[in-house]
Amino acid sequence: MTHMNRIDLRRRSFLIGASATGLAFGYAAVQGVTGISDALAANSFGPTTWYSIAPDGKITVMVGKGEMGQHVSSAMAQIVAEELEADWRMMQISLPDNDPKYNDPVLGALLTGGSWSVRMNFDAMSRAGAAGRITLTEAGAAMMGVPAGECRAANSQVIHGKTGKKVSYAKIVAAGKANKVWTPDGLKAIKLKTPDQYTLIGHSVPQLDIPSKTNGTAKYGIDAMVPGMLYGKPVVPPVRYGATVKAVDDSAAKKVKGFVKAVMLDDGTKTTSGWVVAVATTYEGAKKAAEALKIEYDPGPYAKVNDQTLIDEAKKLQASDGSGQLFVSAGDPAAAIGGAAKVLEAEYLTSINIHAPLEPMNALAYEQGGVWHVHTGNQFASRTGGIAAAALGVDPKHLVLHQYFMGGGFGRRLDADMVVPAVLAAKAVGKPVKVIYAREDDMAMDFTRPLTYQKVKAGLDADGKLIGLQHDVVCAWPTARWGIPAFLTPSVDKKGPLDSFTVNGADFWYTVPNHKVRAILNELAQNATPSGQLRSVAPGWTFWAVESMLDELAHAAGKDPVDFRLAMLDGAGANAMGAKKLANALRTAVGRSGYGAVSLPKNSGIGVACVSAQERATATWTACTAQVEVNPSNGEFKVNKLTLAMDLGTVVNPDGVKAQIEGSMLWGMSLALFEKAPLENGALQVRNFDGYTPMRMSQMPDLDISIISNNDPASGCGEPGVTVIAPAIANAIFNAVGARVRSLPITADAVKAAMKA
Amino acid sequence: MLTLTINGQAKQVDAADDTPLLWVIREHLQMTGTKFGCGAGLCGACTVHVDGTAVRSCQTAAKDAVGKKIVTIEGLGGGKPHPLQVAWVEEQVPQCGYCQSGQIMQAASLLAKNPDPTKQEIVEHMDGNLCRCMTYGRIQKAIIRAAADIRARSGS
Repeated sequence: MTHMNRIDLRRRSFLIGASATGLAFGYAAVQGVTGISDALAANSFGPTTWYSIAPDGKITVMVGKGEMGQHVSSAMAQIVAEELEADWRMMQISLPDNDPKYNDPVLGALLTGGSWSVRMNFDAMSRAGAAGRITLTEAGAAMMGVPAGECRAANSQVIHGKTGKKVSYAKIVAAGKANKVWTPDGLKAIKLKTPDQYTLIGHSVPQLDIPSKTNGTAKYGIDAMVPGMLYGKPVVPPVRYGATVKAVDDSAAKKVKGFVKAVMLDDGTKTTSGWVVAVATTYEGAKKAAEALKIEYDPGPYAKVNDQTLIDEAKKLQASDGSGQLFVSAGDPAAAIGGAAKVLEAEYLTSINIHAPLEPMNALAYEQGGVWHVHTGNQFASRTGGIAAAALGVDPKHLVLHQYFMGGGFGRRLDADMVVPAVLAAKAVGKPVKVIYAREDDMAMDFTRPLTYQKVKAGLDADGKLIGLQHDVVCAWPTARWGIPAFLTPSVDKKGPLDSFTVNGADFWYTVPNHKVRAILNELAQNATPSGQLRSVAPGWTFWAVESMLDELAHAAGKDPVDFRLAMLDGAGANAMGAKKLANALRTAVGRSGYGAVSLPKNSGIGVACVSAQERATATWTACTAQVEVNPSNGEFKVNKLTLAMDLGTVVNPDGVKAQIEGSMLWGMSLALFEKAPLENGALQVRNFDGYTPMRMSQMPDLDISIISNNDPASGCGEPGVTVIAPAIANAIFNAVGARVRSLPITADAVKAAMKA
Repeated sequence: MLTLTINGQAKQVDAADDTPLLWVIREHLQMTGTKFGCGAGLCGACTVHVDGTAVRSCQTAAKDAVGKKIVTIEGLGGGKPHPLQVAWVEEQVPQCGYCQSGQIMQAASLLAKNPDPTKQEIVEHMDGNLCRCMTYGRIQKAIIRAAADIRARSGS
């Protein structure tokens, strides 16, 4: 299969100032604005932007990536330390503010997502580390009076083998002997280590961010404080989006001790609509005042929208040939299906889901000496800083976004809403304000995983071979909402750009001669339920449809679902190598699961699925089996075991990768079984963890994880594990009791109903 | 003005009687290791000890903690890391880490009365503590490791 639209990540090296919203992001070196890096630079050695070595030998890595528990900060330090030949115990991390000099070298922005970080930063961090080693070796050799060519570096020391002389990095830096700053060309010319020379990469060194997360010292955005700070509690409207405030009566709020002001947000960025912030001297006061405010709303145009409204709209759009744009177009699937021996057609649904990170959204904002400061943990500091500046109407050069650990990101903190109430409230009262969403605000105003409706039509020839597949994906377009054209992808049929982050994964690695994928924007959903990126993004729904349908096709063809998949993972044409790696991962997971080789209890089954999430250009080869047991009398089922295999090339920290796979697998299962945010009357019907119920400890299945590592470039591990779970479970349910479920989350009622069908 | 005894120290706080203990600890006293997650006793991120019992500080009025011994994550080990904190690092438990103060405080109240819990007892005791990163498997391992450590130290 050929893809006209193979993703070229270089295309995303965007100039972020070129945004459609007209925002110029990030501050440049403005007089009086001192970044952390500048403070660190005193008497230190910093051969590149990415780290500096202090005279005591402590090496501080400036991590431009957001740290939300994926230990990316530690991974960046590990890559630097490998080439720097640093003592791991001397490594520490710092999270810089939104200075563009810390931009991701490939993405050209401060943006953390897509399971991209290790892959895209590996080269830059390696070269930064090597540059330091070379400079220190030369300086150390000079200090010892020996030829640099006879010296090697190890464990933060320069060593002259012949004489046994040694000098530590600390001593070299303290002596002021290392001061070379490397140019991009110089960095490019460095010959890096080959994988057989690695001493740190591939080892499970302890994560640098973990100790502070066991004793209460780790600082999250919600922990930020400045003297004289007031507190803000949002009062959010009765619909997700589109409401306006007609009147605010604060007469009762005025009786609350410490009440300062009710601030109606005039949000020119349109990130929020119809919000008020109750400001008081304490958070408990702000909360009481918020409850005492009487607000009259115009609920706006989306107050009647429900889940079913969105599904009806999606079906209408899908039924029209003129809708949407093509993401994949190979051969002539309509003709192939027209002449097929057997045709299958099915609809797949996924519900609205929310992120619900455990740290509710928050931000602290204040103005000082003509510069605005915003403190919060954020995954997209470049854009979020720009939104904060735009909301204030100030030059983004004069706004500093201070970065913190995130108490969960999962894509929620790619968005910028939390800074808007903070800066506008701080501006209105002329004092620092820390805004903290109540859990209820956080859930009701989530930038959700969109509701998705997918229709798949496929044809088998007389030999049971898949000869044509049409796949339509209808949903809101989260990435398009950002208004950054560089994030959109040209359509194959030249009908304008599409949001590939709604269809990634549908361009799979199976060889199917006739294949079309159509991306259709559900405009109503886009307006009524501003959506966002939720951990695993499109592959969280596209593989739900693809891997379910492939199973349905295998059964229709009378073939084993594993054999059926392996036959199509032949590596032909553009699928060379990738498909073979995916087949290898599939065989590994299937083999370890005992699929076909163990006798299972009655009403039990093992189901399989395999995925190439996140994108074709960034695929991590992942396969999983699920073993489930179904109670046929009521459709209730239990997932007993998940067996996953993942090929991710170079593995920087095996235990860190395993931790991400563990979490992502359970996320996948939680989304598949336990999480749903219904939309009624324009409002998300979830308020707290009694109504929105992520997996608890008692619901955990057994996990069996195989990591396949090799010398390929490092791939991402934070998300692919999410995407493979739901189809594996659904396919297992079918194998157990013959019930085909096509809607997420999977309910006992749906299983029971499908058994009758 | 309320007087609270936190981690062995008497603290004067100018807060209303009905202020949740959580906000007194976090914002009035700026001891931010205790976390706000849900405000409704549903997630366990705000768990602290009051007279040795694990409680949800978001559901405890500050006045009800007057005269009692409050212990937070900052004071759990009494100056040195508690065996659970050591085990949490050994097992590399935290991801985002936001729930982990509460998880550790909840687990400490289990080990204080049962130094040899079964897996089932651990699950029952810990099920009210949500971990959105879903580090549950490692939490279990760390509790088992810490329990063994505590038993070894006490010679039982």
